[in-house]
Parts: sequence; C-alpha cells; structure tokens
Amino acid sequence: MSVLQLRDVGHSYFGRTVLDGIDLSVARGEVVALVGPSGCGKSTLVHVAAGVMEPRRGRVERAYARHGMVFQGPRLLPWATALDNIAYPLRISGMRRGERAQRARAAAERVAFDRADLGKFPVELSGGMQQRVAIARALVAEPDFLFFDEPFTALDAALKRRMQDLVIDASRAAHFAALFVTHDLIEAARIAHRILVLDVAGRGVAGERRLDGEPGAREDRAVFETVQSFLKGDPLFRHIHDVDERRVA
Amino acid sequence: MIAAAWTGRLGRTGRFLWSAWSGLAALSLLAALWQFGHEVYGDFILPAPLATVRAMGAILSDPKSWDIAVLTSRRAVEGFVVSALAGALAGLAAGYSPATMRAARPLVTVLLGVPPIAWIVLAMIWFGSTDGTVVVTILIASSPLVFVGVAEGVTTRDRSLDDMARAFGAGPVKRLTTLGLRHVAAHLFPALAISLGTAFKVAVMAELLANVGGIGGELARARANLDVAGALAWVMIAVAALIAFEYGIVHPVRSEFERWRAAAVPWGVKR
Repeated sequence: MSVLQLRDVGHSYFGRTVLDGIDLSVARGEVVALVGPSGCGKSTLVHVAAGVMEPRRGRVERAYARHGMVFQGPRLLPWATALDNIAYPLRISGMRRGERAQRARAAAERVAFDRADLGKFPVELSGGMQQRVAIARALVAEPDFLFFDEPFTALDAALKRRMQDLVIDASRAAHFAALFVTHDLIEAARIAHRILVLDVAGRGVAGERRLDGEPGAREDRAVFETVQSFLKGDPLFRHIHDVDERRVA
Repeated sequence: MIAAAWTGRLGRTGRFLWSAWSGLAALSLLAALWQFGHEVYGDFILPAPLATVRAMGAILSDPKSWDIAVLTSRRAVEGFVVSALAGALAGLAAGYSPATMRAARPLVTVLLGVPPIAWIVLAMIWFGSTDGTVVVTILIASSPLVFVGVAEGVTTRDRSLDDMARAFGAGPVKRLTTLGLRHVAAHLFPALAISLGTAFKVAVMAELLANVGGIGGELARARANLDVAGALAWVMIAVAALIAFEYGIVHPVRSEFERWRAAAVPWGVKR
C-alpha cells in the first residue's frame, strides 16, 4: 500500500527539462532515500512531491494525512523565537496559541533541543541548533510523511551523524514514511529501507536497491561495506559522484 | 517564560529611556550653536534659545494655544494615517504584482517630483480653507514614501520561506499574514517615521498658506507682527509634537517588531 505515488512526473525551468518520466512510490512507514549526482534534479523532484511546486507533467498522488519537510538550509523565520518557529506549522493549521506552545515544547524534546534555548532567536543559535529546530518543526504536527531535501549537507560529520540518529529514532517511534534526498551514500545507507538512484539527466529513476535490516539496527561496518560494494561493483552507482559541468562552469 | 519576556521588555524600555541622554546631548549642542548665532546677530534676527523657551512657556500657559497645537497634530496624524494606509495597500498590491509595479513606478516619480506647495495650491482650489486641504496635501506628499517602502519590502521577501510555508500547507492568505506582512514591517517602519515627519511639516505649511488656523496660522501671524521669538516658539512646539508622536508611538512599536535584530548584537551599544 503506497502513501506517495509519482506517475510520469516531469518538470522544466524556462524550457530546459530537468525531470522527465519519474515514477516512484513510497509504502506506509517506509523511508526511501533518493540519491543521484549533483544537478540531476533531486531537489526539484522532492519539491514537486511535497507540493511546493506544481509539476509540468504527470501526477502526484498522496494517500497520507499530513506531511512535514526539512530543507537544505534551516529556513527559519528570523523574527520568531525557536519555540514559535517550531510551532509555525500549527499556526498555519490554526491551532490555539497555548496548545501550540505545548506541542512545540514536546517536539523540541524529541530532537533534544535545550528547553532554555526555546526563547532565543535563530541568529542566537548555532547551525546545528537551527537545523534541530527545523527538524522539530517538521515533526511538530505529527506527520505521517516527511520530505527531506539534503538536510544535513552543511553540518560537520559528528553533528550529521547525531541528526541522522534523531531522524532514525523519530521514524521508528512515529512510523512515518519519508522521502530522503541526499548525495551522501553513507547517509542513505544508514537511514533508508530502500535507495532509489535518479538518472544523471533526471530522465526517470535509473534503478533501486533494497537494503538489509532495519535503519538504526545496522552496524557501521555493514553500512560502510554496503556503500563500498555499491561504489566499486554496482553499475547503478557509477555516475553518483559526477558533477554537472553546466552548473559548475 | 512569561516573566522572562516581561523583564526583557522592561530592560528594553530602560535602554530606550536611557538613550534619551545622548539625544539630549545632541540637542544641547544645537542650542549652543543657536546661542552663538544669537550673540553674533542680536535679539531681533535670532532670539536666544532661553528667550524662545520662555516664549514657548508663555504660549503653552494659554489653553487656547494647546487647542491650536492639538488641531495641527490632529490634522497631521489624520493625514499620516490616511497616507500610511493608502501607501501600504498600494505598495502591497504593487509588490505582489509586477505589472502594477511597472505602472506605479512612473506615477510615484511624478507624485514625488511635484513640489508639495503646488499640491497645496490645487487642494485649496478644490477643498477651500478646510481640513480637507491639509489632509489631501499630506496624503499626496507622504503616501509615495510609504508605498515605495512597502513595495520594496514585498519584492525583497525571502522566497525560500514562502516555499517552506507552502510545504507545510499554507495558502496564499496565510503566507501573506504570517510571512509577507511580517517582512514588510521591517521596511514599513522607517518609511512611516519619515512620512510622519513629512506629515507635520506639510500640515504646518498647508495651514500657513491655506489660512486654516493651527500652528501654521500662528506662524503666519507671527510673521505679520515680525515676532521672531513667537515664530521660533511655534516651530519648537511643532517639532515637540512630532517628537512626541515619533518616540511615543512609532519607535516603541518598531523596536517590538525588531527584537530579533537587537538579539543579534550580543553586547555593547544597542541602537
């Protein structure tokens, strides 16, 4: 039973096609990592799937109740405190102020955000704290689907790992399904049930690999070996570290 | 949490009041220069600051003068409110619709290019010697400032925040009320402060020319009597009224909105 289904989705910016013929589905409670080389349209795809953008072609079918999203940057409201930022989705849905604050505090607790910092503004928080707020904001409305758009790219290795653990724990506790875009295969192999590889030019999904075991229960060694075997022996991942020269030049 | 918010507010208010000292120092400097001018040019051309303050005291001890000052302030604030509303609404429309913006830009240039004095003449012909003349002149002179500020605010909004709100299911109205207006506020307040100043200046000028009483009317009388001290005293009263409105209303509201900017400055002089 799939909760998110993309059928023949395509998108283009100013006549340049960035996505074409994308078919994918995510099952209930399943975390799917979407990987692909830089500039292949991963980000566009997740924005289309989350309804931030309308696709030019194809259909997006959503069978979940509500979704949250974590972006590449924290994208916090600079004028609102951490607490108000976390509560922002509840404000959109029209919840009362008192209840909002209560739910936001609970969400902050789940991502181990210090209670004492809830009254601070984003400018007063470190990058890792800001991203924690962004994750809490995505979790606050208790969504059954989450979109992640390379959320931890800007963080250092240790913090990245900590954030990945937060997401893994949250997904096990809340059983949400997720579409997790990343260019980091280790991250994908730690977090996901299944890895989808996007075509180099965004023309369809090149292929998928199902991972053994449950996220969070995998040994670091096993994760590392899986990724090595993908990179060395699997033709599907051959172009994963290519760089789109049109963007670089 | 609530207690912390209130102590924070108290601290900000204290800092705001304390900053009055530096303002006072600057004004004292101005008074010293004025005194110097007085000593060079004599009593008739430039009465001493103290004499002016005494004249002001004499004027203010008469309850009728208070009515005059209130009349001018009321007109200025009326015009200010009307022009702020008109400018803000038009600015929002232009900011969100590029076609409106393209059409409005030349109009703003024309409106700002025509000197206010010309509008006063036209408004006098249209409205005669009434409050309408003053309010309309203020509207035309100061609404373009608000318009430009707001339109600028809308066009410089952070679109990635808009996308974020959309991802969490916010429709256009929610995005406007929770993001758009909040961002525009940062550009709106400086524009409001300038347009409030314009409103008072234009109100006095319009009163003087249209002969509709108020501070402008008193200035006209002081000129007729060659009463320089009286004229200066009335000018000081007009400025004092402006300062009362600006520092009593515009600035406190603004600093409440800009708390997060102050938070970015960890220590030292908070401006």
